[in-house]
Amino acid sequence: MTSITDPPRGSFQLSMLINDTRYRSYTFQAIAFIVLALSIGFLINNLFTNLAAQGLDINFGFLGAPAGYDINQRLIEYTSQSTNLQAAFVGILNTLLVAFLACVTATIFGVLAGVLRLSNNWLVRKLMAIYVEIFRNIPVLIWILIIFTIMIAVLPGPREFRGDDPAATMFLGISAFTNRGVYIPLPYFERGFGGGLDFLMMLVVLVGSFFGARAVTARATRIQEATGERPATLLTNLAIWFGPVIAIFLIFGLRFEVPELKGFNFAGGIKVGGPLIAIWFALSIYTGAFIAENVRAGIQAVSKGQTEAAGALGIRPGRIMSLVVLPQALRVIIPPLISNYLNITKNSSLAILVGYADVTATLGGITLNQTGRAIECILLLMLFYLTISLLISAVINVYNNAIKLKER
Amino acid sequence: MVDRTIAFVRTEDVPAMPPPPNAAGPVKWLKDNLFATPANSVLTILAILAIYMILTGTVPWMLNGIWEAPSLAACREVLNGASGACFAVLAERWNQLLFGFQYPADLYWRPGLAFLLLFLAAAPVLFFDLPRKLLLFTALYPFIAYWLIWGGSIFGPLLALVGIVAGALFYQRFVKSSFALGFFGAIATALIVWTLGGYIIPDGEIAEGAMRSVQSRDLGGFMLNMMLGVTCVSLSLPIGIALALGRQSSMPIIKYICVIFIEFIRGVPLITLLFVANVMLGYFFPPGSGVDLFLRVVIMITMFSAAYIAEVIRGGLAALPKGQYEAADSLGLDYAQAMRLIILPQALKISIPGIVNVAVGLFKDTTLVSVISMFDLVGMIRGPILASVEWQGVYWELFGFAALLFFIVCYGISQYSQWLERRLATDHR
Amino acid sequence: MKKTAFYGALAVAGLAASTASAATLDDVKARGVLNCGVTTGLVGFASPDANGVWNGFDVGVCRAVAAAVLGDSDAVEFVPTTGKTRFTALASGEIDMLARNTTWTFSRDVDLKFEFVGINYYDGQGFMVPRDLGVASAKDLDGATVCIQTGTTTELNLADFFRANGISYEPVPVETNAEAQVQYVAGACDVYTTDASGLAATRASFETPGDHVLLPEIISKEPLGPLVRHGDNDWGDIVRWSLNALIAAEELGVTSANIEELGAAPTGNPEINRLLGTEGELGAMLGLDADWAKNAIAAGGNYGELFEKNVGENTPIGLARGLNAQWTDGGLLYAPPFR
Repeated sequence: MTSITDPPRGSFQLSMLINDTRYRSYTFQAIAFIVLALSIGFLINNLFTNLAAQGLDINFGFLGAPAGYDINQRLIEYTSQSTNLQAAFVGILNTLLVAFLACVTATIFGVLAGVLRLSNNWLVRKLMAIYVEIFRNIPVLIWILIIFTIMIAVLPGPREFRGDDPAATMFLGISAFTNRGVYIPLPYFERGFGGGLDFLMMLVVLVGSFFGARAVTARATRIQEATGERPATLLTNLAIWFGPVIAIFLIFGLRFEVPELKGFNFAGGIKVGGPLIAIWFALSIYTGAFIAENVRAGIQAVSKGQTEAAGALGIRPGRIMSLVVLPQALRVIIPPLISNYLNITKNSSLAILVGYADVTATLGGITLNQTGRAIECILLLMLFYLTISLLISAVINVYNNAIKLKER
Repeated sequence: MVDRTIAFVRTEDVPAMPPPPNAAGPVKWLKDNLFATPANSVLTILAILAIYMILTGTVPWMLNGIWEAPSLAACREVLNGASGACFAVLAERWNQLLFGFQYPADLYWRPGLAFLLLFLAAAPVLFFDLPRKLLLFTALYPFIAYWLIWGGSIFGPLLALVGIVAGALFYQRFVKSSFALGFFGAIATALIVWTLGGYIIPDGEIAEGAMRSVQSRDLGGFMLNMMLGVTCVSLSLPIGIALALGRQSSMPIIKYICVIFIEFIRGVPLITLLFVANVMLGYFFPPGSGVDLFLRVVIMITMFSAAYIAEVIRGGLAALPKGQYEAADSLGLDYAQAMRLIILPQALKISIPGIVNVAVGLFKDTTLVSVISMFDLVGMIRGPILASVEWQGVYWELFGFAALLFFIVCYGISQYSQWLERRLATDHR
Repeated sequence: MKKTAFYGALAVAGLAASTASAATLDDVKARGVLNCGVTTGLVGFASPDANGVWNGFDVGVCRAVAAAVLGDSDAVEFVPTTGKTRFTALASGEIDMLARNTTWTFSRDVDLKFEFVGINYYDGQGFMVPRDLGVASAKDLDGATVCIQTGTTTELNLADFFRANGISYEPVPVETNAEAQVQYVAGACDVYTTDASGLAATRASFETPGDHVLLPEIISKEPLGPLVRHGDNDWGDIVRWSLNALIAAEELGVTSANIEELGAAPTGNPEINRLLGTEGELGAMLGLDADWAKNAIAAGGNYGELFEKNVGENTPIGLARGLNAQWTDGGLLYAPPFR
């Protein structure tokens, strides 16, 4: 550090541990390590003393025991006889589901609001500013509660669809918006192979169309580079996207299963649960406000000279945005965007407020309550969130390294 | 000869014509800002429609609001089917919303006074132009506020103050010879004073009178949010600085301790940390110490915000040009001096907007304590008020009130932060 | 050194450390206040009124214990707990006793190491539905959406009941009773299930209670009682016998109205004399004053009075005594003899 010339090499003295910069860092580290070890030891010791005093222990055996409770939304097979571990997995999948959905919609909200905040339209600009400020300055917990209450109170209950002169009717006769969830028609094939296979078939076709469309675009780019003329690809692309799909629909006979009121609830169709919608929408619109700020900052960070230079080259305004401004803005936008995704995942732990069975509600809620294994459950819960966060952080780092300005 | 005079020469400018009506004034403004393109016009109409719907929904409801009624049912009777708010719940329960339902009503002036003094204490920190002597009051404020809110004997906060003053004196005396000696010696001095003083001062509980003791668990309402926010942010600043420096340190053990701590805290949701405070932390204290829930929550939230503040400050440290570090080294300053005198003042200045962001986020997150059965503003609404027979079903008024309080505070802070950012912007763009 | 420093800091923080050593009684006496865990708000059992004063049946038990131990029924600090926090609050010593309509179960008693000192309310899980739904039996609830409070035994009972009857349902977990009401009233769930007493209390707080019916099925046994930590039997005895004193007082006809008179001098009934401390040394055996039971009863009246005042038929909640009548009236309340 401060010493430049070789210090005289004398015999080692104890005082050098403090006064000699070569050794001082070792002293500090040793002290820090010892203090840390002692503190952790102290805490762990307290933990076991306290547990022993109450005759308790740390035991993960409860994970294999039947959970005993039901979960309203499950992506995998689960009954009340399944184990607590399976209940935790159901919760984990629900967490990931709502986090994923909310990330997608929050991005859409955020980009829309962020771009509109820079719009020429004064009114829209102000409205978006109000949206951003209102959502950024009020706690997400209050938003979740408000949105959930709106959903519960404003949408009709299934009961109101009943009777000769019902208070509520189905939307277009095919979808029902109730305060327990939204029911939409379920598409299926009359002459299909059965649910899973049909889905797989559609997926294969769509992937095929995707690569087909890409090939067409790549060819157009090649021709453009060779001749300067870009052939029109719109019609070809549309045909590639929609042709095979429509053909399949016709061959196998696409039908819709329309939800209808049976007993207490609607049956048939696809049900998107009310709690899922509430937490999904609340997280999206809340985080959307933050993303809007990132997007705005990102676009504004691109120097005006870039736009002007592109304009001077004769590029059309729409293409300036997509070819010049956005690619540069993304470099600024994406890192905070990903950390917003991380926030969505963490904020999804508030799902219990609306009765959505995420991992905090199953493992950290009901299982914890029923087994009384607070320490074990909370440790596992933190481990799960930590893993997700570290994975997302790793993605950020890889991305940051990839887009780093390559300076020579 | 013809007298050649110039028939017409203007000696002054022609006065400017007024612009055509569609290129000036409100019409131009409308045309430029609202109806520039067809797409823009559509947007404008949509926006006006949205505003109209929101206003027709809320304005009559607000204007029809009932301010005096004993219960929701009575409210509805008065309204007689018309749309209207029942603000009576705010009029009747304002004290619970602000102070919680267990804080003695005759002592409301104490937290109220503490709240007012907070502005006085925060002013010299927030506005640099004020006389620096006011900082003395800022330093005293934590003790005054503690005494006002919890009450009890004044000796407790006084002893705390004496300990800190002793530590500070020790630091001033010895920091010249060695920063480490001054710093750690000061901490040791304070601890010694506290421990010794703990035996001397009388028991802190006072049962009667204006300054009688109030239990931590009797705190509630918006006061609790404010207290958690202010306490945790101020406590987490020094810890955050230490963590940030530790993370930048060249000593691997210290660096990794800090990295692990920061990444761990940032990787888990605050709610799980609050669960830890609520159900686990009690097990980690020595048997019989019985640290109360408020303190446990303060510990966890402080750790939480310290990790985030550390990251912000690390950004500030990283943004400093390397030359600053080298300049400090070349002056022969040791690590503590370099940090204290050269690096941190600049790094902190860069980090202020980020720190304010963290503070706002943290303040909003204090509402999460309602999930662990503490009665903060949201907890009061979700618990005692909505559960009471009279006010069951009054959501909009209550949540609107809560949202308004938070909006005022958070918006105020973020406006301040923007002002500060402009003020501190010393670079020229 | 470390410990002293820690304590020094704590002492300075002034946050009076409530100690949770083996002798809870000594701690409570030293503190002068009983820390009693209650619900966050269930009308009739424990709920704060507009002035923040706690009222209710469970609260009455807390006050009785405080009166027995400290001689002052107001020397109680009520600690609101949720289903999640109640057991850790008790285990970690934050509260001295828990009176939060907690069901006495094997695993809570044995595995979680708590001691249920008795039963202050015999309850069972029931269902509430809107009357216009036209449901007469819980067995008709196939496909219904059911609101449940999480963290209680009701979740498990519900799953068992529907599985045993081979019918399906959709659970909606809610955190607090207030939120369950919101959802139920708005029709987000068809059925609300919890302890029958809780249902009655909830129904009582509706605008038109008559629009809702409680289904006849009671699908579980829910003996609710106060509990304390394992291992401190002296303290357990105090809470147990405070509760028994309330029950015995009703049986013996001791009420808050006549207790001064009966307790002033020995009466003709030796059991009353022993209970009220005018004869024998029962108080001293517990480590309390001789008039401990007298204080406990005077705090809010005997069991019957507490019941009538908080949840009885003349209150909005309107619960009948049912199983909670004295054994002499065909109920299950049967206090062991004070002897």
